[in-house]
Amino acid sequence: MLFKILKTLRVSLAIVFLALSFIIFLDISSNLSTLLIGYVTYTQFVPSLIGFINSIGWAFAGFILILILTFLFGRIYCSFFCPLGILQDVLIFFQRKFSRKKTFKYRKPENIVRYGILILSLVVLFGGSAIIFSFLDPYSLFGKINTMLFKPVLALGNNLLSRILSSFDIYSLYPVEIRTIKIPAFIFSLVFFIFLVWLTLKFSRLYCNLICPVGTLLGIPSAISLFRISLDKNQCTNCGLCSAVCKAGCIDVLNKKVDHTRCVVCFNCLSSCLQNGVRYSIRKKQKTFPRADSDGNGRRKFLGISAALLSSFFLVDNTLFAQRRRRQGQNKPPVPVNRQHPTAPPGSVNINHFNNLCTSCYLCVSACPTQVLQPSLLTYGLNGILQPHMDYKTSFCNFDCTRCGEVCPTGAILPLSIEEKKITQIGIAKFIQRNCIVITDGTDCGACSEHCPTKAVDMRPHKNGLLLPHVTEELCVGCGACEYACPTDPKSIYVEGNPVHEKAEKPVVEEIKAESSDDFPF
Amino acid sequence: MKRRDFLKKGAGASFIAGSSLLFGNLTKANASNPQDKKDLYDLVAIKGDDPVKMFDEGIKALGGMSHYVKEGQTVVVKPNIGWDATPARAANTNPDLVKRIVEHCFEAGASDVYVFDNTCNNWNKCYINSGIESAVKEAGAKVVPGNDESYYKPVSIPKGKSLKEAKVHELILNADVFINVPVLKHHSSAKITIAMKNLMGVVWDRRYWHSNDLHQCIADYVYHRKPDLNIVDAYRVMKRNGPRGVSDEDVVQLNTQLISSDIVAIDAAATKVFGLEPEDIPYIQIAHDMKLGNKNLDELNIKRIKI
Repeated sequence: MLFKILKTLRVSLAIVFLALSFIIFLDISSNLSTLLIGYVTYTQFVPSLIGFINSIGWAFAGFILILILTFLFGRIYCSFFCPLGILQDVLIFFQRKFSRKKTFKYRKPENIVRYGILILSLVVLFGGSAIIFSFLDPYSLFGKINTMLFKPVLALGNNLLSRILSSFDIYSLYPVEIRTIKIPAFIFSLVFFIFLVWLTLKFSRLYCNLICPVGTLLGIPSAISLFRISLDKNQCTNCGLCSAVCKAGCIDVLNKKVDHTRCVVCFNCLSSCLQNGVRYSIRKKQKTFPRADSDGNGRRKFLGISAALLSSFFLVDNTLFAQRRRRQGQNKPPVPVNRQHPTAPPGSVNINHFNNLCTSCYLCVSACPTQVLQPSLLTYGLNGILQPHMDYKTSFCNFDCTRCGEVCPTGAILPLSIEEKKITQIGIAKFIQRNCIVITDGTDCGACSEHCPTKAVDMRPHKNGLLLPHVTEELCVGCGACEYACPTDPKSIYVEGNPVHEKAEKPVVEEIKAESSDDFPF
Repeated sequence: MKRRDFLKKGAGASFIAGSSLLFGNLTKANASNPQDKKDLYDLVAIKGDDPVKMFDEGIKALGGMSHYVKEGQTVVVKPNIGWDATPARAANTNPDLVKRIVEHCFEAGASDVYVFDNTCNNWNKCYINSGIESAVKEAGAKVVPGNDESYYKPVSIPKGKSLKEAKVHELILNADVFINVPVLKHHSSAKITIAMKNLMGVVWDRRYWHSNDLHQCIADYVYHRKPDLNIVDAYRVMKRNGPRGVSDEDVVQLNTQLISSDIVAIDAAATKVFGLEPEDIPYIQIAHDMKLGNKNLDELNIKRIKI
């Protein structure tokens, strides 16, 4: 039967998509094809919308595809592409398999809450900040859960296995470094995950119809979608079987109505009806167009939102690309390290741009091969709460790497070519001579210069044959290798972030005189 | 297999592995160097235009690899794989040379050859981009990770002045033969890096060395385990901006290779190849004074080969 095929199709596609979503976040090799990552993130509504409205380009037009699909088939995104939605479906599947609770009930829409959240999210978004979306966007929440909870567990399992194998002289499975686990982001992800599991087991897809701004937003086109679920009034006996399998709780059997703003198009109801009274078919142009209060509201809200959308385009230009420059003065930072600005990843243009576009999905955190990208707490201030920053205590940026920009789905970190990356100055190393081993201990050290990829930090003759670090700021790209390698506490060299990323000078390359000698010098 | 069985077996296996590590250390430490015969030369220096052929000739002059590796022994080869750089930058040891050394070990009857380094850059990128991982795997060596602290076991170095204890990679503790294959480079902190400095890659905590008299620590470590053979790759040499290098232009062609079991002598000779004097390099002077080797090249029996 056709309707059964629809559900099978939905389930198989969703499983594939969820698996891919897990893979891109749990890739412990940090070696996954960025093309594959791009396929998954392209369909993610919020990242794509944010990238697009900030004129990052057509590469971020995936949300338009989702909108078209929604106008045609309803909230396809929620059951086919949303990793958090599919994750809830998996939970519900096991719940129905293993517990006695098997039925769902119709719920009245909580319009004030859901539209309130949506409007607030959109107003703040078009006002220039992704902060609310970053907390509520299902894709970004899925990313956080994976990066902060699942990935460390996977890595630990891998390392245990690797250790067992290596004791049998098999070294083919490499251990994975877990350099750090940032407590605030970990706790946030854990609390949210527990909350989500509880909410799902108790109220099934309530997150999607109460809190999720994407679900609410897509509910608006879904209300007028071409194909839709409907109850055949002639066949329906008000038995409630369809409603009992509806995870969204959107089938009102008493009135024989389906709330399409909340239907997640899971197709579970189709095969539940003994009378073949549940249909998925092209909307009939009927005079009795469902005028349920939710629908009328929806359209009014839609107009309002469109207006807000248009008007806030003006805001976008002003706030997102306003290049406020607040560079610190010439006075040297005191001991201990007193950092004025955090460092945002290369490709993020400036800290404002980054803070406004990042939804903290942590895909970059997960993909970063050196793990220098770590979730912050309030490093950027409230507007960038929990966003990733360059954490030079944990690691440093690999000079020959552009991965974060390649994977970022919102354009918060724009892709850079390797040549651009190598002269993108995200910060500048500052040397605190008083802390340096060479001064305090009178012995050679030079760990900072050793790691410096541009030799912005080089060693210059001091006294007693010792060499002392010296920073040539124009050459520095702010990769943090010097800060990471510095053995003193507090650090003798640290990176002061550039609020606006600058261009570093390319190191001058002089040719070395060829020393051709056929003889041994001894 | 039941879960409990698996856990039991796993625990048993790791116990056995752990105890063999422990006792393995004791026996190996007493066995000292596997080669009892005296070396034919204190140092062999080769000039040529192919690092692989140069090694073939050089090791032949020393009586072949079988002089150092006996039938059935395990060998750890420690190249410099410290940086995420292509072979053109000469920041890491020449992969063809490392591969050839592994082949010689197997020809001499080695049961297993392991290759590792505790890298400075992202370790798997270093292993891959240096070309060393694929080269030595072709030759049949086992590439071992150096990126996890659990591989490093605490040892004490009672004779060390600044470095009295360190955590050392288990391979160095367990392998019968230790072959050190550094690349000669300029080095911003130690001035120049050769054989002794390369041993910084067998310990876990390098920051300790930097903050506790780097030169003394470099010399001190030699007390723990002196490599049985050192092979210095000075074929293409990074003359400035070391140890990482900024561009391929930092590299000059010196067409040289050195082989010796005296780690101080080989460092002294390599320093001269680089264009400096051994006395300019504090750790060479310290190691010489600590009688870890002989830096006075005119006192040594040197075989010079030109191909």
